[in-house]
Amino acid sequence: MSDENLSEQGRPEKESAQQAQPKPAAKKNIQRGPGRRKQEARRRFLRSIAMTVGVTSFSLLGFIPLAQGSRTRLRPPGALGEDEYLASCIKCGQCVQVCPVKAIKLDDIDSGFGLGAAYLDARAQACDFSCDGLQCVLACPTGALTHDLNYAPETRMGFAILDKPKSCLAIQGKGFKGQVRGPDYDGLLRYDEIDRWNPIPVKDHPYDLELCDLCVRTCPIEIRYNQCEAGKPPSGDVNQCPPKRAITLEPIESSDGITRMRPVILDGCVGCGVCEMMCPVEPAAIVIDYNTVAKA
Amino acid sequence: MNILKESFLQLLGADPHKPSKEEIKPAAQKVYFYKKDEKVTKADLVALHEEHHKNSKNKWTKRRWITLILVNFLFVFSYALDIQVLEGALTASRFVGFHMADLNSALQVMLAFKQVLINLLIGIVTIFILWFLLGGRTFCSWVCPYHLLAEWAEKLHLFLAAKGWAKDYKFDRRVRTVFYIIFALLAVFTGYTVYEFISPTGILSRALIYGPTLALAWVAFLLLFEVFLSRRAWCRYVCPIGITYGLVGVISPLRVSYNMMDCKHEGDCRNVCLVPHVLDVTIKNRSTEVRMPIGADCTRCGLCIDACPTSSLSYEFKGLTHHPENKTEEKHDSV
Repeated sequence: MSDENLSEQGRPEKESAQQAQPKPAAKKNIQRGPGRRKQEARRRFLRSIAMTVGVTSFSLLGFIPLAQGSRTRLRPPGALGEDEYLASCIKCGQCVQVCPVKAIKLDDIDSGFGLGAAYLDARAQACDFSCDGLQCVLACPTGALTHDLNYAPETRMGFAILDKPKSCLAIQGKGFKGQVRGPDYDGLLRYDEIDRWNPIPVKDHPYDLELCDLCVRTCPIEIRYNQCEAGKPPSGDVNQCPPKRAITLEPIESSDGITRMRPVILDGCVGCGVCEMMCPVEPAAIVIDYNTVAKA
Repeated sequence: MNILKESFLQLLGADPHKPSKEEIKPAAQKVYFYKKDEKVTKADLVALHEEHHKNSKNKWTKRRWITLILVNFLFVFSYALDIQVLEGALTASRFVGFHMADLNSALQVMLAFKQVLINLLIGIVTIFILWFLLGGRTFCSWVCPYHLLAEWAEKLHLFLAAKGWAKDYKFDRRVRTVFYIIFALLAVFTGYTVYEFISPTGILSRALIYGPTLALAWVAFLLLFEVFLSRRAWCRYVCPIGITYGLVGVISPLRVSYNMMDCKHEGDCRNVCLVPHVLDVTIKNRSTEVRMPIGADCTRCGLCIDACPTSSLSYEFKGLTHHPENKTEEKHDSV
């Protein structure tokens, strides 16, 4: 839109003469003769082509951030494959509005055609499934978040990986005491034992752990699994019960001959990002790989 | 020429049809005949305008701006105060739980995704019926947030142009149809809703509701382009949303109606209009009938109704609005 038209400024005298004419087109043409009219028509035509090329080219810039062909963001529960997801998302943000922990955000123009599409930054606020009913999926008008999904354990947003095992407190044999992400962290998490219905700020729930197992103990799938094993499924609904465990601490023999505990991610992992959010080291030792998912 | 066909062709960018003498109905010819020797001075027009609008200065502009701001802020408050009245954004939403989908956004999604979910379909039908009843491009001038900013930019543009600091480079109106086809094809073949990436309507609506984004720079660029280089360029020459709702408007019963009887043909209406080609029927010897509906490209904004010194333009709802034959007693505020 810009360059070609801005270059029109190069000949302002002629243009202003054209513009200064009074409105009625027919009269003007008779007075000015067919030559001038043709010239203006030709210019208008060229200008229109320039605008078409300009605006279309700009719109195609939206391709660039997608060129790598894989997910660039953690998407909400139920999100279709990246291409289908971006095709079907109508960019309305209804999922943003229903999320009780405000985990969902809308992307900006630097994400190209992802502009306005929903994503999560797990480290800032993970999906803790505290809505239980997958509200974002229900809110989605286009099925970009597939309506085939009913319960949290069926979700496949990504898969957790132990990205920096060396900084993992469990592997170092260390415990954790205090506020998980410090006093300034605003992330929310639901603690069933404190308030079944309302998530609370993570900073309001300090820990004192002999061995850090935060990624395991806060995992929404693990919590459900344990509740079901104890015969108390969430809301009394056995459909909420995960078929598989998601994460566990397993003993490993380290090089110095001491046995330590290491987080191992299992096939029940849905990629919700709570482990990434709750990992107390900076940067997080465990993160979500949103281009990998466990088998459903 | 068939009025519907003419309305449709103008929407796609065709120049208004100039009727031959034979096409003008005898009743209209008679009115033009009696107007032949009529001389109108500027003072006459001002006096007429005063008389016709003495109690209602810019009545429709005021109503429209209030409506536009209220609708957009209903989205904002619904989320900010968590009252769940109008959830979502202009692209798709739920009004007290009932699905609504912007027709153009829904079209882009359907073309890119090639599937339609029942919720989206419900939203499309709801919005289609709503804008069919309200006039189609009524969406543009009464709801679209970019329209309001562009209107203010237009005022600035006119001010600057009068001083010679801004130009109005015109484009071929058919280019909007070209854009419509380009964005439809891009959606089909790339599988992305390409237009949504540059839609100032969507960008603004989301920015209002969810907070400012970098994408607003694009909107600012468009506004600057309109202020300095081309009056109302986006709405006039690019925006596919206008065509989508215009297509609904072709068959809509709610429209602006032109009565040539008292018209002085001075063109005040065309000077304020976003889409002045639709008002070419107000030029002498262009109207084929005494009363003519204004075409689908009209956004039903009411600027012309407020500007007309003779109340020759008014809203009408086809089949419901009664037009008394006696022109002197005609009331024009009926909707």
